[in-house]
Amino acid sequence: MTDIDALAARLRAEIGVRRVLTDRQELRTYECDGLAHYKVVPALVALPVTAEQVAAVVRACAETGTPFVARGSGTGLSGGALPHADGVLVVTSQLREIVEVRPEDERAIVQPGVINLQVTKAATPHGYYYAPDPSSQQICSIGGNVAENSGGAHCLKYGFTTNHVTGLEVVTPDGERVRLGGPAPDAPGYDLLGAFVGSEGTLGVATEVTVKLTRLPETVRTLLAGFPSTDQAGAATSAIIAAGVVPAAIEMMDVLAIEAAEAAVRCGYPAGAGAVLIVELDGPAAEVEAQFDEVSALCSEHGAFETRVAADDTERALIWRGRKSAFAAVGRISPDYIVQDGVIPRTALPTVLRRIGEVAAEHGVRVANVFHAGDGNLHPLVLFDDAVPGQASRAEAVSGAILDLCIEHGGSITGEHGVGVDKAKYMPRMFSDDDLDTMQLVRCAFDPAGIANPGKVFPTPRLCGERPGRHQGTHPMHAADVAEIF
Amino acid sequence: MGALDELTSPAGEQDAVCGVPARLVAAPRDTAEAAALVTAARGLAVVIRGGATKLDWGPPPRELDLIIDTRRLAGVVEHAAGDLITVVRAGTPMAELHGLPGQQLALDAPPSATAGGTVAANASGPRRLRYGTARDLLIGITVVRPDGTITKAGGKVVKNVAGYDLGKLYTGAFGTLGLITECVFRLHPVPAATSFVRAAAPPLHAAKILAGQFAASALEVNAAPGAEPELAVLLEGTPAGVRERAAAVAELLDGEVSAEAPEWWDVPPWPGDGVGIKLTGTLSQVPALVATAVGAGATVRGSAGAGVLYAGFPTDDTGRAVELLRAAAVRAGGHAVVLTAPAGVRETLDMWGPVHGLALMRRVKDQFDPGHRFAPGRFVGGI
Repeated sequence: MTDIDALAARLRAEIGVRRVLTDRQELRTYECDGLAHYKVVPALVALPVTAEQVAAVVRACAETGTPFVARGSGTGLSGGALPHADGVLVVTSQLREIVEVRPEDERAIVQPGVINLQVTKAATPHGYYYAPDPSSQQICSIGGNVAENSGGAHCLKYGFTTNHVTGLEVVTPDGERVRLGGPAPDAPGYDLLGAFVGSEGTLGVATEVTVKLTRLPETVRTLLAGFPSTDQAGAATSAIIAAGVVPAAIEMMDVLAIEAAEAAVRCGYPAGAGAVLIVELDGPAAEVEAQFDEVSALCSEHGAFETRVAADDTERALIWRGRKSAFAAVGRISPDYIVQDGVIPRTALPTVLRRIGEVAAEHGVRVANVFHAGDGNLHPLVLFDDAVPGQASRAEAVSGAILDLCIEHGGSITGEHGVGVDKAKYMPRMFSDDDLDTMQLVRCAFDPAGIANPGKVFPTPRLCGERPGRHQGTHPMHAADVAEIF
Repeated sequence: MGALDELTSPAGEQDAVCGVPARLVAAPRDTAEAAALVTAARGLAVVIRGGATKLDWGPPPRELDLIIDTRRLAGVVEHAAGDLITVVRAGTPMAELHGLPGQQLALDAPPSATAGGTVAANASGPRRLRYGTARDLLIGITVVRPDGTITKAGGKVVKNVAGYDLGKLYTGAFGTLGLITECVFRLHPVPAATSFVRAAAPPLHAAKILAGQFAASALEVNAAPGAEPELAVLLEGTPAGVRERAAAVAELLDGEVSAEAPEWWDVPPWPGDGVGIKLTGTLSQVPALVATAVGAGATVRGSAGAGVLYAGFPTDDTGRAVELLRAAAVRAGGHAVVLTAPAGVRETLDMWGPVHGLALMRRVKDQFDPGHRFAPGRFVGGI
């Protein structure tokens, strides 16, 4: 095992005394990320301020065989930034400069600690924005987005982080600084950029990110529709897609999620709705108006008993407030809950929702459903009371069964939260040993010593018996009602 | 060698790759047979061939024993229209995927190009501006590794962050990491209406379209020595919306609305025996790149909206021109890659040019293909 005192002395000399933490109390600040159920106190926290310092820290780890874990804002929901007890936590949040905004090239160059929303704020005066918009965009970092390949409500039309990053500077696990991609598309050679995005910190640390900027749409129209049931809302979703419309977002909430949102933020969704759909269209005014009428008609045709159209930004914000608050809001109707993240083919939605209801009933727990209906990304919230003996384990069984349903229907065990530490054990259910072995080939090319975020993404015996993540703690910014994190 | 004898036949003259003759040809019928073939072919140098529309791209193979022809691995396995995805075998012609009922794989390619070949070559065309490229549209993939292992990555849903996104690694790898046998693609609806706007206008005017609110699906430039440069814009959407947007674009560029694409649309600007170069750069540098290429005697076409251009030279006196274009592309933040060149010229050129991260790429290659048998020498840095 590494001599942490010696490593600390070396790092203090290289990156500065105040940039290296070893005090137990200070270390505890970093013991978990957004999945607060998992806690590990790191041996050392490094707070580099430059890419060269990140490289120096990683080099020191490589030379001493010390595991390291990179962390951005710590909002991840799969424990991807959970520290290693004998390792170094490399916090990139001090690298927070927006290096360049180049609207004429539709690019911005930013450091990894820059907050997602800040990129959009820097680009908006020029008529552009950064499209990937995870719900945590007020606090999550671009470096973390790269690690997780973060999505958001609008990725139905605009894609994920991987579709919006064209260049990276990374520090590889041996401490080398390497450029992948660049400001122009189609860099020759293997698309290592594409492999790196979404690799959850297991291939190195991003120290500079070149992102695409997207032209702000001329028009945005948002519609809220109340349906008697999720079946009908699901049918409306399918009809919209089948009509050839690609909305910017289609979000669905079921009756329990609506109840929670009403209790928390009084969003005033249609009374008596068994499900609501939020549909947002954006683009040139000439296109959006025609498509909007079609979407409204399709909602009515499929049983919507009330539709509302946001007349302005305030009304749009109100419609979204219910949706964005839904996750935290279930805290109002249940003492504990597990946030699940799975994906199914959109057409399997009615079947899978019915099965989730049945499984929940069999186990005597409730499940609230909030999801990105357009792309089949489910976020079931399994509600339970830890004080009631046996409920926690029943909730965990339901949560796991939901992932099995996703796999059974040809979907995925995660659409945007990542595998991290939480779902590593589910990977063999989705991929064969050969598939996982092939991923390890890439890992071995980047990190032969296996020191970059070990124990994450891929199942290891050490993780057997871990329980899936229950959401018990909250991010301080979230608790203070400053930011949404889901 | 029993299995190999059963699965292969002697190669002919037409099976040569960039002038390098092959010994054997095989055309497996499914993934399992492909895996048996690759396993039996251990020790042989392999080049994979689809529709052979881009087989002349890249340097010649250092050695060549076996051609694996994918065209019998053909057919749409599944078209889930409601989910906007399709599962296809690698040898399926792109023509079939351009005309799925009501939907399309929005990836420009010659009709006889195969799905697998288009992914392996990371080929794209004008509509990449709206729909992206193979890396954006491929959501799942089955590959036979050089050791014969059948492996999958991704899946059948668009939104999926489970594990490494290996589909991107295989995309544009030119068959150096294994044999693609099946692809899963995201589809798009066929737009209700499409319209083109053509204008005699310098590349500089492309910026006006990008800064406007036209949501163009393609924005192409065409320029050649001694000719007036042209811009052409593709608009897709609802009939009323397309009409309105096309009229606005035509007014802005002083151009004409047309139902048909210009004759040069998505046509490579080099003759069969010419030199073809792919040029990339940042959007603001596209006019300068076009000017440099035209100044060097090239015909230039490509996406002024994406920053991806193609330059063609009819002559073989191109060594200096390649250097000139490469310097210009680097200044523009991109690259100049020689895609194809006639025999004799090919050998004198550094076709791929300098590449970032080459040491890491070599390590990836060593992991997947330690014997360096798949398309040896055809990729960057001699990989």
